[in-house]
Amino acid sequence: MGETVPNGLPKCPTGISGFDEMTGGGLPRGRPTLLAGSAGSGKTLFALEFVLHGIERFDEPGVFVSFEETPEELTANMASLGHDLEGLQREKHLSVLYIALEAHELIESGDYDLDGIFLRLGAAIDATGARRIGLDAVENLFSAFSDLRILRAEFHRLMAWLKARGITAVVTTERGTDSLTRHGLEEYIADCVIALDNRIENQLATRRLRIVKYRGSAHDSDECPFVLNRHGFSVIPISSSGLDYQASTERVSFGIETLDDMLGGGIYRGSSALVSGTAGTGKSSLAVQMVDAACRRGERCLYVALEESPVQIERNMASVGFDLAQWRRAGLLHFHATRPTSCGLEAHLATLVALVREVRPQFVVIDPITAYSTRGYEERVKLMLIRAVDLFKSMGITSVFTALTYGGNAEESTSVSISSVVDVWLLVRNLESAGERTRGLYVCKARGAAHSNQVREFQLSSEGLRLVDVMLDDAGQILTGSARRLHQTLKEDESTARDLADQRRRAAIENRRLVLEARIAAMRAEFEDELRALEAEIEGEDSRLRAANRKFLNLANLRNQVGRGDS
Amino acid sequence: MKHNRDGTSTTDGQSAEWVLRLYIAGQTPKSLAAVSNLHQICEQHLAGQYDIEVIDLLEKPQLAEGDKIVAIPTLVRMLPLPIRKIIGDLSDTEKTLVGLQLKPKAS
Repeated sequence: MGETVPNGLPKCPTGISGFDEMTGGGLPRGRPTLLAGSAGSGKTLFALEFVLHGIERFDEPGVFVSFEETPEELTANMASLGHDLEGLQREKHLSVLYIALEAHELIESGDYDLDGIFLRLGAAIDATGARRIGLDAVENLFSAFSDLRILRAEFHRLMAWLKARGITAVVTTERGTDSLTRHGLEEYIADCVIALDNRIENQLATRRLRIVKYRGSAHDSDECPFVLNRHGFSVIPISSSGLDYQASTERVSFGIETLDDMLGGGIYRGSSALVSGTAGTGKSSLAVQMVDAACRRGERCLYVALEESPVQIERNMASVGFDLAQWRRAGLLHFHATRPTSCGLEAHLATLVALVREVRPQFVVIDPITAYSTRGYEERVKLMLIRAVDLFKSMGITSVFTALTYGGNAEESTSVSISSVVDVWLLVRNLESAGERTRGLYVCKARGAAHSNQVREFQLSSEGLRLVDVMLDDAGQILTGSARRLHQTLKEDESTARDLADQRRRAAIENRRLVLEARIAAMRAEFEDELRALEAEIEGEDSRLRAANRKFLNLANLRNQVGRGDS
Repeated sequence: MKHNRDGTSTTDGQSAEWVLRLYIAGQTPKSLAAVSNLHQICEQHLAGQYDIEVIDLLEKPQLAEGDKIVAIPTLVRMLPLPIRKIIGDLSDTEKTLVGLQLKPKAS
């Protein structure tokens, strides 16, 4: 089981979620590790899980030595996490040693050593063939005895003894007030030192783990949050996924063509989208639209609801045309409803990690991500978002986060701090005009996609979501809702009037044409009359001329006859 | 608890008023010193009324669990009740006597 890292230092996996990733394989094999932490910081659980995982997952028997909690308490505590301490002890994989130290009852007289512990530990190691040991709350050992010189020497001898046996040990101790440990135990355990911390911030307990020292091994030196929940101890390494995830070129549709078009064809699979907006702008509806589209494609979805119960979401979404219950029944949609105030941010994140590992969704919605923080603590939301985005991206999960912003000019700026984390940022904004509120949808950002710069009117109705191109009035103002309808009506009226005027003008011209034509006909008639009169006149003159000619000829004839005979 | 007694009983009868059990681990100088110091103190203060049992945990390591032995040597006062434990080679007679409540605590 010795995972060897390139530099040759063998490691011993703890099986503690997140921790082995953080340390590149676990604790230094065959050496003791010191775990220092304040009261209630989870030291015992870490040590116990280290031993139990060894038995359950790595086939390495173990011994757990408790200087504080009784075996009964330990058994009960671990049963709730699904570990059967008694069963493991019966099968001789585990040995639990309870070393009770009644400080007030001990009287010291002369020289002594801690061979009692060595003997008992040795017997337990031999009985189980232990490869791992947890020594819990060793500070009790120091407070039980007054001769610290002996104690230090004996502790040193114990560590050397375990090392000589090649046993990997986790030694837990209380943190000191101004040093890491109360008795300076870090002097004796030089290979690996881990500090646990339990702080109260914003009235929520936040647990953090830090690797103070890890000789010969690269490790994450940041403080990493961790949680203790029904899945046990899990560390959330801040940079476990880094920025080396795959980038898909596949587009995921919103199920609304107009919206897909705004983003150049939907969002990339495995990318993250933020839908921000003030209260009641339809952020959830937009997220549900995507869930619905994903379920239609047969994808598994996880819906993390932080403000509404699943039943309420289903009912409300039915009013805008979404039948989410069918997807839930089909096993495609999984709801996880929780109050953000129920536990710390890290606990939420760990639950999320556990859920994602369990449900294996292709699509996740967190509605709203801002519920994780109260106003003014955007940094916390950002931190939560970064981790969630990293988590989802590393697993190729497409994610949508809704973010509630507050009204006024700060509306967009509050989201700015978190928007850098996501790939796509949609802003739903209330557009108020003429005493009415409507919704406008903007694409503020879409990495790696040609996207529309235009605002669209976002309409919610019982038939679902609809995006409509916005209408601009003559002054370039956006018109939505009834202002838009009014504008449309006015425009229609205007054109009707214009049509009527046109008709009237056309009729008038027609009239003029008719009048003109009548006048032309009259003039022509008049002209023809004149023409006829003229022709008649010419005709009359012709016939007179002919008659005159005839008369002249007749006279001539008569003259000719007289001259020849009887004149 | 069943274990053999190693024959250092100094009472004649069955019912010693003082029953003392000394845990050692091998014949180390500390163990030997403890055995001899204990006998000396008992002879001096409890002559005729004590019963000493020396348990070598190297021979019987399983017995360490019973009395929850951490330090070696450990002297357990089984009787009179309540049980009291004194650790060390018992070289500090003053502290040993206080521990056995044969002498009130100084100061």
